[in-house]
Amino acid sequence: MMKKIDRRNFLKGGLAGTAALAVTGKATSGKAASFEGYPDSMGVLVDLTKCVGCRTCEAACNKEQGLPEPAKPFNDTSVFDETGHGGMPRQPTEKAYTVVNRYDTESGGPVYRKIQCNHCNEPGCLTSCFVNAYTKTPEGAVIYDPKVCVGCRTCMIACPFHIPAYSYSSTINPIIKKCIFCYDTRLKFGRPPACVEACPQEVMVFGKRADLLRLARQRIKENPNKYIDHIYGEKEMGGTSWLYLSGVPFEEVGFNTTLGNEPVISYVKEFLGIVPMVLTIWPALFTGFHLLATRKEEAEAGKKDNNKGEGGRS
Amino acid sequence: MGGSRKKLLALGLALLMGGALPGLLKAAPDTIVMDKLGDLYGPVTFDHNFHMMITGSCATCHHHTLGEAPEDERCLRCHTGGSPAETVACKDCHPQDRFSSAYLEKLEQDPYLYHTDRPGLLGALHQQCLGCHQQFGVAYGCTDCHERTEKGDAFYRSGDYAPQGGSDDKH
Ligand code: HEC
Ligand code: HEC
Ligand code: HEC
Ligand code: HEC
Ligand code: HEC
Repeated sequence: MMKKIDRRNFLKGGLAGTAALAVTGKATSGKAASFEGYPDSMGVLVDLTKCVGCRTCEAACNKEQGLPEPAKPFNDTSVFDETGHGGMPRQPTEKAYTVVNRYDTESGGPVYRKIQCNHCNEPGCLTSCFVNAYTKTPEGAVIYDPKVCVGCRTCMIACPFHIPAYSYSSTINPIIKKCIFCYDTRLKFGRPPACVEACPQEVMVFGKRADLLRLARQRIKENPNKYIDHIYGEKEMGGTSWLYLSGVPFEEVGFNTTLGNEPVISYVKEFLGIVPMVLTIWPALFTGFHLLATRKEEAEAGKKDNNKGEGGRS
Repeated sequence: MGGSRKKLLALGLALLMGGALPGLLKAAPDTIVMDKLGDLYGPVTFDHNFHMMITGSCATCHHHTLGEAPEDERCLRCHTGGSPAETVACKDCHPQDRFSSAYLEKLEQDPYLYHTDRPGLLGALHQQCLGCHQQFGVAYGCTDCHERTEKGDAFYRSGDYAPQGGSDDKH
């Protein structure tokens, strides 16, 4: 558990420090109201009680994203006995953006759980990225521009769910890789991600996040003995686009239930009191730089045209 | 989980009462070859007759749509007696395009729709078929009901498409 505190301190110190430097003067004592996410953004409700551990979602992801050949076939369930670093269950990697794990729980026999990026409303990866490679799209996806990514790996530390993976395979262009909600090929066009569509048990429901929350509450209400009365991701870390229902306590199936409801960005907000920073400061800053650069050119061109060069003020 | 024992008891009881539905049985097909979705897996030969026998009640699978009261307690609250529906085929009510924007829009715009949380066809079939099979410990492997097609092997990187990394050391 020490690790978590280190992470937070790192963020508070390092991140907030740099951000505050960039916009001093602007800092006020405003309240850190939480950004609720785009109103019509999409999400996925994952119902762990329905998963049978067939790994079809993993195969679908591999195909859709054109990922490299796996070490074992996707219908090979011996992967559930594998453990990753330090005896931890498998985590997504740069070659597999989603993985299914089996948890032998005390209360309900084996429970399977799919892991992938949760697509936070206020993503820690995005906030922490110094080159602004990340975007939270209005559809709900947290995507990144591999051309901008410099492989600094700050997002790996910032992510409360340990999702972004580092592609060691290319030393010339090392970049981060992770689930992008099938944004480019599907979500953008209103289609569900490949894993959702492929799942034979319909473990996952794709829809507007707001509708999914209603639907999840309805399931809990109609089946009080079946579900734990909690929707993981509704509030955690400021809310995530992917939401979870479980029949066993969430900590028994590998969920971190100690994260709290404040997004990573709040550590930054504490210092700045600016809301919501994700959507304003960073883009503003970077467009600012861009504008400064281009306006100067324009101004130069303008002089030739005898225009009043307004200068690069904003 | 005492559920499976209860279910077994109900199954036995239902068997005894099975004779009560001769009229309905006549209308029902004996075997159904299910091949609407086939892609990664081949068709499923579903012995309707056999399943009708072991469950005794049509409502186990068809909800209240055949005129019997629903078995599921959650449904009894509103669908007390059975009321025959226009259709009893799963595919007519459980959409194949559950998550298409067209269907999601339809769900949103129908003010009289109560059931906005109904699984698509693929989900409905597996939740029901696989669910019961798993409960009874019969035929719940992925290739017990349908064989994987060549395309399926490629998709799962299985059979002829298995990774060359020498993963055949298992079992
Ligand atoms: C184990 C589950 C199960 C049970 C029990 C069951 N059915 Fe079915 N039935 C099905 C499935 C699956 C289909 C195929 C539906 C489809 O094609 O979408 C079907 C199809 C039918 C159809 C044809 C529907 C059509 O229009 O194609 C009829 C009629 C029918 N069943 C009647 C009955 C009756 C009467 C009983 C009870 C005596 C019964 N069934 C019990 C699963 C079941
Ligand atoms: C709170 C009341 C309520 C409960 C509980 C309820 N239903 Fe319904 N059901 C309705 C209403 C209202 C309709 C008609 C509107 C609609 O189709 O949503 C309906 C319609 C249906 C239909 C016909 C749909 C069609 O397309 O013709 C089926 C089948 C059905 N319900 C199954 C179920 C099952 C299975 C359950 C239990 C898991 C259940 N219902 C529980 C209220 C309820
Ligand atoms: C007349 C429309 C109709 C037909 C025919 C129908 N269903 Fe349903 N089904 C519904 C509705 C509506 C619900 C939603 C009930 C709920 O859970 O609130 C539902 C729910 C379900 C569920 C999830 C809830 C549960 O009971 O666990 C499964 C699984 C399911 N249906 C399977 C089937 C199968 C298999 C068939 C064919 C044998 C079938 N249905 C035929 C309308 C229908
Ligand atoms: C109420 C429980 C129940 C439901 C629901 C059910 N089954 Fe079955 N099914 C059984 C049982 C019990 C057997 C017998 C297995 C045996 O004898 O080995 C069986 C056998 C089978 C077999 C033969 C398996 C074999 O290895 O020979 C197939 C295929 C099958 N079911 C398909 C389906 C399909 C498709 C559905 C859904 C439409 C379905 N079943 C729904 C209980 C169920
Ligand atoms: C109890 C029987 C049963 C079992 C067990 C079963 N299925 Fe199915 N499956 C069906 C039925 C019925 C269909 C519908 C077939 C159709 O209409 O084409 C189907 C269709 C499918 C389809 C869509 C059609 C296709 O070929 O792409 C997929 C994918 C699928 N099953 C995957 C699985 C996986 C993965 C498992 C193991 C977890 C599994 N099934 C276990 C009964 C079963």
